[in-house]
Amino acid sequence: MTESSLPGTNDNREFVAFRVGSQEFCVDIMCVREIRGWTAATPLPHTPDYVRGVINLRGAVLPIVDLASRFGLPETEPTPRSVIIVVQISKQVVGLLVDAVSDIFTTTGASWQPTPEIASDNVKSMVGGIYALDGRMISLVLLNSIIPTAEKVAA
Amino acid sequence: MTKTVLTIDDSRTMRDMLRMALTDAGFNVLQAEDGVHGMEVLSGSNPDVIVTDINMPRMDGFGVIEAVRKEQRYRNIPVLVLTTESDQAKKLRAKAAGATGWIVKPFEPEKLVAAIRRVSA
Amino acid sequence: MDVMDTIRQTFFQECSEQLTEMESGLLVMSEGEADSDTINAVFRAVHSIKGGAGAFKLEALVQFAHKFETALDHIRSGKLAAGGDVMKVLLRAADILSDLVDASRDDVAIEPDTWQASADELLALTASADGAEDEDDFGSIDFQPALIDFGDTPSDGIAIEPLTSTFNIGFRPKPELYGNANETILVLRELSRMGTTQIACDTSDIPSLDDIDPAGAYISWTIALDTTENADAVASVFEFVDTDADISIEQPSSFSLPDLPEPFKFSASTDAPVEVAEVIESVEAPSAVVEAAPVIREEATAPVVPFPAAAPPQQTAAKTDAKPAALATIRVEFDRVDRLINLVGELVINQAMLSQRVAESNISNSSPIAVGLEELEQLTREIQEGVMGISAQPVKPLFQRMGRIVREVSDATGKEVRFKTEGDATEVDKTVVERLADPLTHMIRNAVDHGLETPEARVAAGKPAEGVVRLTAAHRSGRIVIEVSDDGAGINRAKVRESAIKKGLIPADVQLTDSEIDNLLFLPGFSTANSISNISGRGVGMDVVKRSIQALGGRISITSRPGKGSTFSLSLPLTLAVLDGMVVCVNGQTLVLPLTAIVETLKPKEQDVHCLGADGRVMAIRSTFVPLIDVGVKLGFRRTTLNPSAGVAILIETENGSRSALLVDSIQDQRQVVIKSLETNYGNVSGIAAATILGDGRVALILDVDSLVKASDVDQLAPELRYGTGG
Repeated sequence: MTESSLPGTNDNREFVAFRVGSQEFCVDIMCVREIRGWTAATPLPHTPDYVRGVINLRGAVLPIVDLASRFGLPETEPTPRSVIIVVQISKQVVGLLVDAVSDIFTTTGASWQPTPEIASDNVKSMVGGIYALDGRMISLVLLNSIIPTAEKVAA
Repeated sequence: MTKTVLTIDDSRTMRDMLRMALTDAGFNVLQAEDGVHGMEVLSGSNPDVIVTDINMPRMDGFGVIEAVRKEQRYRNIPVLVLTTESDQAKKLRAKAAGATGWIVKPFEPEKLVAAIRRVSA
Repeated sequence: MDVMDTIRQTFFQECSEQLTEMESGLLVMSEGEADSDTINAVFRAVHSIKGGAGAFKLEALVQFAHKFETALDHIRSGKLAAGGDVMKVLLRAADILSDLVDASRDDVAIEPDTWQASADELLALTASADGAEDEDDFGSIDFQPALIDFGDTPSDGIAIEPLTSTFNIGFRPKPELYGNANETILVLRELSRMGTTQIACDTSDIPSLDDIDPAGAYISWTIALDTTENADAVASVFEFVDTDADISIEQPSSFSLPDLPEPFKFSASTDAPVEVAEVIESVEAPSAVVEAAPVIREEATAPVVPFPAAAPPQQTAAKTDAKPAALATIRVEFDRVDRLINLVGELVINQAMLSQRVAESNISNSSPIAVGLEELEQLTREIQEGVMGISAQPVKPLFQRMGRIVREVSDATGKEVRFKTEGDATEVDKTVVERLADPLTHMIRNAVDHGLETPEARVAAGKPAEGVVRLTAAHRSGRIVIEVSDDGAGINRAKVRESAIKKGLIPADVQLTDSEIDNLLFLPGFSTANSISNISGRGVGMDVVKRSIQALGGRISITSRPGKGSTFSLSLPLTLAVLDGMVVCVNGQTLVLPLTAIVETLKPKEQDVHCLGADGRVMAIRSTFVPLIDVGVKLGFRRTTLNPSAGVAILIETENGSRSALLVDSIQDQRQVVIKSLETNYGNVSGIAAATILGDGRVALILDVDSLVKASDVDQLAPELRYGTGG
């Protein structure tokens, strides 16, 4: 499953939309392994701020990325209502910390638009396009760019 | 009717090769890894042909032939001996022990099957 | 994968088992204590390799194994005595055979000169006896040359002559033919498959019913065969029966039907008429077919060679353990075992979490829940042990490789060495076994090269000229202990000390105990040999050995007695999946320190801690200074350093032998933890080796003390401080 490009015009694909602060984002539902409530993470030393640490997901050690912090927004203050969206990014499994899941929707292809030029390079590299849904704007998260790869971490 | 062949060989490689060749030829294959085990398997089955190696731990191929020929109910089962040589004198020795025939290792599957067909009703 | 490829893999797996079998047998033989079972087992091992090699057309392997086998057969039959020199040749041949197997497996081209010398040696052993071929040795039936020869049995000879010719065949079976379970009918059927037959039966010799011997043979046959096959092919039909019958095969030039009495036609491959002699028994065979039996045992890989009950004393223990010839085994992909091990890790964690929850809910110890939980705990532990046992392997193959190292080094140094192993049935996790090979090799080389004296020096010291290197393994309190010992001169402590001072590893005036001096051998760059020896040298020192043992979660120690020899002792975990850890607390975070790295824990006093530079701190431990590292600051869990007297200092030793003190808030516990990879879903984190999951379900990080210390200021410290030897 790749989400590196805009869905084609004829693609009917399902997406999970979620709120981060006041903004809405989405990921391809095929990448989502599960959605679970927040549990306290064990912080990892020497990692970027947006890596909140690791949690135990049925025996696997799962890194948690705070999407708000990743997009340059104020860090999420996790509440019991906060949600972790567990996604598969190639061979890695990563948890995304978001405020709430807002929607599951099927795209009709034509409604996708490229990311406007106004966005910073950092944001642009992580947004694959935007989708208009009932007057809301939902940005597609490019999962490959939100977590540093093993090489980058090791370096 | 599918014929059943009991192979007795202590080498896993040889057992695998025998199994492959015989299964491909449509035989039902029973396997044992030495003479003692072979006699155990034999007591619980009714193979049409026994193929046995000579050099084996616990009970060697000659022991197998002797044990088979000694028992009234096994006596008529053909026993083919696997040998790595083809010297006539050695074959005679296997014959003297009661072997029905022999198969020279390394064997071609067709040769093995032909030998089994030749001795099985 | 192609079936043949699979079988080929099986073959090489089996080869390594056979080589193991062969080596252990040869070692028993070198002790001069082998009985015929041992020699037979060695013979069979080589013979099996030859047999399989023939099937895969591995020419060099077949040829060499054959020469080897012939020599072994001479010993087996008593024509050759297995004396010292003969055994040397055989052991060398064993090494070559093992090389040839490796080369064949890896498809490496084999140069004849790699094995020719050894083959010649073997040939020389047997040359004298070669004249008298042992025709009457019953067992020799299949150790004649393995002919890679497919034209040998003419039975499947290709029809070279396409023309039809007629054969007149006379066939008079003897009773022996039936005794060997051959049957006339099958011979006739075979002939009828070759062409058109006219078969006549002569029953004139059948006696009156009263005189009939049920096992007798009274009928003779004449067959006229029209076939395109040649005479050899026709003769081959009688291959199995040619001595059990009177057979005549004639090929008349003209087509004339034989003059036969009462001919009767025979249709091929039918429910043919049954012969008198067969009727008697053919009805008796029970018809139940059991197919389950071979399925259970077909994959058995257990050593199928029974060892003699009277094995030499020093090997008895291992032999008895390795003996289970009847043990059935299955082969399982390592991945599956891995998955199972992981799942059991989950189970252990889950069970611990459950226990903790129950304990928190104030349930009485005698309640059914608590009792049930206790049983669950017991079961969990047993399952864990069972699963860990699956990937366990005996150290035997590893130990045998060491035998070869001993031979090589003793040949190169001219030292006489007897190599003894004990406890080679001891089992360790496969991954541990694999990673032990290099450090052990080095230790064994050292033992022969540096540990043992020359034969002259030994004799001068009143010892036997032949030195002994002993390699032992044993389980001790959940760990495996492996010892390499020699009966050499022991460590020359004066020389070691002098050398360490010269190299600036220790201050000239430092007082060291014997054991501290011995441990100097593990310092990086230390080497007592005046010139780097070809054998032990190679730029690798005991420090590297120590590092690789520590990487396995193990420890190494030395004991040495002057004139008596030295013993290197390794203590290793049984598996790499779990780790003995010290659970510590740093700024509210729970961390795990590998126990193997910890030397001791100390309660620092304020006056023991000194500042060095802007933010460096060192701690005095019995008059040696070691860097003091605040783990909380180091990992970024806090900004300001902890007051040392408020915390606990843990003295650790890194892989390169340097020591540091880690400052933590408190020590919670000491326990075994299941190792979880961080890399799977994230990546490397500096200072962190892996993660684990604690009883409360939270993730705790396992510290990598080496990378933690490496990033500190230790490198700027004076060498005297780096290699503190106190403690």
